Amino acid sequence: MIRTLGHIVARDVLLAMRRRADVATTLFFFVIVASLFPLGVGPEPKLLRAMAPGILWVAALLASMLSLGRLFDADYADGSLEQLMLAPEPLALVVIGKVVAHWLISGLPLVLIAPVIALQFDLPAGSLGTLLLALLLGTPLLSLIGAIGAALTVGVRGGGVLVSLLVLPLYVPVLIFGAGAVDASATGMDASGHLSILGALLLLGMVLAPWATAAALRISLE
Amino acid sequence: MLEIIGLGCVRGERRLFGNVSFTLEPGGLIWIQGGNGSGKTTLLRTLCGLTQAMAGEVRWRGEPIQAWGEDYRRELTYIAHANGLKEELSAQENLLVAARLARQPVSRVEIGGALQDMGLAGREHLPVKFLSQGQRRRAALARLTLAQPRPLWLLDEPFNALDTHAVAGVRQIMEGHLARGGMIALTSHQDVGVQATDTQTLRLDG
Repeated sequence: MIRTLGHIVARDVLLAMRRRADVATTLFFFVIVASLFPLGVGPEPKLLRAMAPGILWVAALLASMLSLGRLFDADYADGSLEQLMLAPEPLALVVIGKVVAHWLISGLPLVLIAPVIALQFDLPAGSLGTLLLALLLGTPLLSLIGAIGAALTVGVRGGGVLVSLLVLPLYVPVLIFGAGAVDASATGMDASGHLSILGALLLLGMVLAPWATAAALRISLE
Repeated sequence: MLEIIGLGCVRGERRLFGNVSFTLEPGGLIWIQGGNGSGKTTLLRTLCGLTQAMAGEVRWRGEPIQAWGEDYRRELTYIAHANGLKEELSAQENLLVAARLARQPVSRVEIGGALQDMGLAGREHLPVKFLSQGQRRRAALARLTLAQPRPLWLLDEPFNALDTHAVAGVRQIMEGHLARGGMIALTSHQDVGVQATDTQTLRLDG
């Protein structure tokens, strides 16, 4: 079971390595969206510092959503999703493998580059660690929730817009507690409450989202 | 042994077929015929368990396939109309990934042999996007050589895009499978031409 999980992750990561442009698109989108705000609102350090957590999280949300279209659609189009569903494993396991790969490809790079982006907002050095931790807890949750939306819209024309409508409202708690954690630590308060809730949400997502995604895939491919 | 009892399928609002019954014994082949849109692919997908039947039952070795759960998928190989190949990967990598996910232990040498049997020698390491339609179909069908221990083969238009030479090769592989006591259900618009002791045909029209 664990080996099959590894095989699925390895497969998707290998595919992403063959299509590096796709991975770079997500990352550049995040960098550019986050960099546009200082240009747009002006170089007022206090304002930027106050806005930084929210902007970084909204940019991460949008970047993560941008990459959802690739989660199942390419596999659906060439028939390999059907073959994945015929693997002698629970479908939820296949889903977990694909979500882990999706996070490694589109979530982890964001987490790693976010502290660098945060510097241009003059975020205090002390809260960079909190930002990293919050993103580390939050981005896997984005992939998990996004997978449900992506599975529901597999093979639907114009599915990209539909995914945003389905998934963005569900992203709201992640946004609130993720940005809240960074905000709290930037203003010198304790961020552990926010981080704990984010961690609890992640655990809940890890348990429920794969089953929901598997059910959605079965309906979509019926 | 695969038993189909009174199977009926609905697609959207339309009834595709109803009351389809047949039994496939070891060494048996069934050729599912019918016009475009008559439900051949839906029938094969129902046999895989990918589509739920509206009526009737699919039994494998006497048990409904729902009771078999994931273990049923260990008994079958399904080659769909779409080849299920990733364009960025080579034919060899595709087969290796497919075999691993299907939990079939195969070596690179065996994969090389299977590709050679299908006339893809020398092209094993070329990304699939550089292969022609016929070559892609050959690469997809090379899975059959690796899937010999799986008793049930479900093939959706296996001969599509193949040249006469490759068709003969696939027939030979299928005959070998039947001789070993395997079972094949396939759809095809052209003559199947497989020598089998137990060949049935099923027409879905009407």
